[in-house]
Amino acid sequence: MKNPLESVTGTIVSGLILTLVLFLVLKNFILAGV
Amino acid sequence: MEYFPAIARWIHFMAGITWIGLLYYFNLVQMAAMKDAAADGTAAGISKHVAPRALLWFRWSAVVTWLAGASLLGPNLGAALMLRPEFAGIGIGAWLGTIMLFNVWVLIWPNQQKILGMKPASDDEKAKARRVAMLASRTNMMLSIPMLFFMATGLSHRIV
Repeated sequence: MKNPLESVTGTIVSGLILTLVLFLVLKNFILAGV
Repeated sequence: MEYFPAIARWIHFMAGITWIGLLYYFNLVQMAAMKDAAADGTAAGISKHVAPRALLWFRWSAVVTWLAGASLLGPNLGAALMLRPEFAGIGIGAWLGTIMLFNVWVLIWPNQQKILGMKPASDDEKAKARRVAMLASRTNMMLSIPMLFFMATGLSHRIV
């Protein structure tokens, strides 16, 4: 599989996916029960 | 009105725009331009006159951005970095910014010095440096997307 960071598009898509993952971690784990 | 946080936020924004603006310039403009310029023999102009100036503003604006951000968090910096719930949103942003600062000074700048001939390096070392600097720069562009999300949305620190 090609490294997504080889292209600008792959880098932006990776950043958007990472944003979603980190947001879900914040919402469902760090802030769970607060 | 509290002047210190207002001024720290102002500096954080100005330096941050300079830093991330140059990061986007490197990734969206200069990398592709260098490839084309190398093909028609005009890359020396960019390497000699543009890249060193851009890198100077890039690496020092990164430091100013981080320091202004840390001073904005003040006594809450530790709580943010430990991802305590009330500061977890900005804490994630702060961690991403810190990793990006590390990449600038430990991976991008030392390798760019080899690429631009500011430090002696063989052709093999230059080729390796080019690859490391490119991937570190792309990593920072990727990290900037969630970093700006957690900085700008005020998910936690604005509520407190």
